[in-house]
Amino acid sequence: MKKLLTPLHNGSSIPLARLPVTGNDPFFQGILDAVDSSWRVSSYFGVPQGSDVELYCVLASKADGTIGVVRTKVTNTFPSLAEVCPQLHLFEREIAEQCFLTPEGHPWLKPVRFQRPFGQERSYWHHLDGNGLLPGVMPYYQVEGEEVHEVAVGPVHAGVIEPGHFRFQCHGEEVFSLEISLGFQHRGIERALIGGPYTQTMYQMETIAGDTSIGHGQAYCMAMEALAGCRVPPHAEVVRGIALELERLANHAGDLGAIAGDVGYLPTASFCGRIRGDFLNMSSVICGSRFGRGVVRPGGVGFACGKSQADELLGRLEAARSDLENAVELLWSTPSVMARLEDVGIVTGDTAREIALVGPAARASGLNRDVRRDHPFGIFRMGQIPVVTAQSGDVYARTLLRWLEAERSMNFIAEQLHQLPAGGTLAAPGNLAANSLAVSLTEGWRGEICHTAITDEVGRFSRYKIVDPSFHNWQGLSLALRGQQISDFPLCNKSFNLSYCGFDL
Amino acid sequence: MTNILIHLLLAIFMPPLLLGVIGKTKAAFAGRIGAPFLQPYYDIFRLLRKGTVFSTTTTWIFRAGPIVSLATTAVAALLIPFGAHPAPISFQGDMILYAYLFALGRFFTMAAALDTGSSFEGMGSAREATYSCLAEPTLFFALITLSRLSGSYSLSAMLIKVSSSIWLEAGAALILLVGGMFIVLLVENCRIPFDDPNTHLELTMIHEVMVLDHSGPAFGLIQYGASLKLFVLGAFFVHLALPYATGTPSVDWLLFIISMLELAVIIGTVESVMARLRLVRIPQLLVAATILAAFSTLLVIR
Repeated sequence: MKKLLTPLHNGSSIPLARLPVTGNDPFFQGILDAVDSSWRVSSYFGVPQGSDVELYCVLASKADGTIGVVRTKVTNTFPSLAEVCPQLHLFEREIAEQCFLTPEGHPWLKPVRFQRPFGQERSYWHHLDGNGLLPGVMPYYQVEGEEVHEVAVGPVHAGVIEPGHFRFQCHGEEVFSLEISLGFQHRGIERALIGGPYTQTMYQMETIAGDTSIGHGQAYCMAMEALAGCRVPPHAEVVRGIALELERLANHAGDLGAIAGDVGYLPTASFCGRIRGDFLNMSSVICGSRFGRGVVRPGGVGFACGKSQADELLGRLEAARSDLENAVELLWSTPSVMARLEDVGIVTGDTAREIALVGPAARASGLNRDVRRDHPFGIFRMGQIPVVTAQSGDVYARTLLRWLEAERSMNFIAEQLHQLPAGGTLAAPGNLAANSLAVSLTEGWRGEICHTAITDEVGRFSRYKIVDPSFHNWQGLSLALRGQQISDFPLCNKSFNLSYCGFDL
Repeated sequence: MTNILIHLLLAIFMPPLLLGVIGKTKAAFAGRIGAPFLQPYYDIFRLLRKGTVFSTTTTWIFRAGPIVSLATTAVAALLIPFGAHPAPISFQGDMILYAYLFALGRFFTMAAALDTGSSFEGMGSAREATYSCLAEPTLFFALITLSRLSGSYSLSAMLIKVSSSIWLEAGAALILLVGGMFIVLLVENCRIPFDDPNTHLELTMIHEVMVLDHSGPAFGLIQYGASLKLFVLGAFFVHLALPYATGTPSVDWLLFIISMLELAVIIGTVESVMARLRLVRIPQLLVAATILAAFSTLLVIR
């Protein structure tokens, strides 16, 4: 099985010529075997080539610290593995939609983003409503019977959040099933990247998910640097690492506050709202943007972090650390809050493994996976961040984990700021290698981000595949709601806090 | 006559102030400045000046909902004595009318919610019906205890009767009542830990979700009616928990206003220091309230 996979390190590239096109049977069997021996599917996508489609599968192994890539060529249909390997199910639906390719035997073949296939006018879902491009228009799973009722929420929500449609099948207050339909924010990023990179590409990458600018920006830059064979200066690597952890801190602090707000616990909600702002302002000390726009650039960083900035950041970090500690301590010491968080929205470790959750959601269910340690990149090759896990898989675990991760990120930032290496900030990346493939994984604050770039014979992108952690984790939210009270949905949703636009691309 | 006038003025103009005080208290706990004390008044006036949108699926019931619930609460406000002063309207057995005026208002609010045919509002009505059913016995046990203590079936007589001497005499029964009635006060007025009046999450709401489709003046009436309900139930509670009386009318009015503001601060404090209960836990607490009130009845009947 391992012979089949072409091994790669995180943030490296190989010429396509060295990536054999395997036969169909070894390809699909190989994926199943790899998943059986605890490899995880990071990305699985199709590249249309005339009337054929080339399928690429990117798998990651924690044990070996390597990434394996395998490809094959299919026409019109391909066998669905979702039944035996549920983590593939959404990838296969996406391939059907993007490449007009039917996954045969798929148990849940429904639209993902209601988009047109590459290079074709007709949607794969044209049979649904004539064109199949209207988000949310699809047959939903239904439960029938006495006292069973359906509740539809969204895409327009009462709060200022992103659009998504949720269908609950309920018995009284109990949820039997939750189906999530997204795609309302599909912007066609992957299609726009074909023929790239363009001047605007870097900016688009920073806004794939607006709260994950650094995560996606870093993944893109790693892919570019791998293809251009460029080495990033040490100072730039450190600044990237600090920016990535600041992004994590801002979002984790915001989530802790939002979870408190959802259970109606005001003090922590109010404090964390402000503390989130403090962390955002720290990003702004580095680059002038609260969301870290402009920090990560191919070949390095756009902004150096000087001595005065480092001191400023250290001061602010210590202040924010004690504020956050106090605000979060209130949560753990208030029994009424704990009663709301514990035993709500449980995702067991087995379920999490089966659907391949990533990031804090996976670690809260006891899965010990973190790209920063398993496939270290950038500064994380030098400075480690301890990985924390929780066991219970409930809202409490996901809340606790955010705090524990925030603590470790703060330690990491302080450590790095004390030993900032001198040196340049930007190494000019050269031209991209032609006919090559590069894979980069980063650990955004929501979890693993996977970018796969494939270049054509002149070194332009022939395909650029983006997998946001939300793509893996939305299914986790659906499963967390089974058998729960419908009134606990907002709380469960907040404990995952997934991205709609990161999913919709 | 002056007393009746003051009663009416207070009942009309003071209720939104309680919401303002609760808001300020919560803001203080959260380390914020908070909205002005008069913000609820501004909100109600803003809504009253707006236009209203009525869904085409709704009927007259939907329009009657806010009006009936406000009207019933306003009548209830005439039955309840404020502080040491008797209510403008008072007769033997008015306590039954008091209790069922709220039930009538609630019935119309729920009917109006069901009238929209929205799944959210249906969910809210189901929750409201469940919890109000469980809250009602507590109120009745409280009324029985009080009528037993005072020997009267009129709210004015039975509530004004509660004083420091009664507290010395039947303190145990009254403590139980205060506990039970505080829970009823919070649940009837959709306060934390039962409901969160400030949440925007439809799926977690009880009362707010039933009025999602109301807008403009109709919603303004609902907001005002809700504050009036808090005021009227609060006045009942204040009689039990803070029965100050001096015998001087002007001082008594002042004491009443102060104790209502104290109550608002207490509610704000409760909302600040605890989270909402899970919906499945609410009935348990309501049953506990009923048991408290039932024991207090037992104590005075024995």
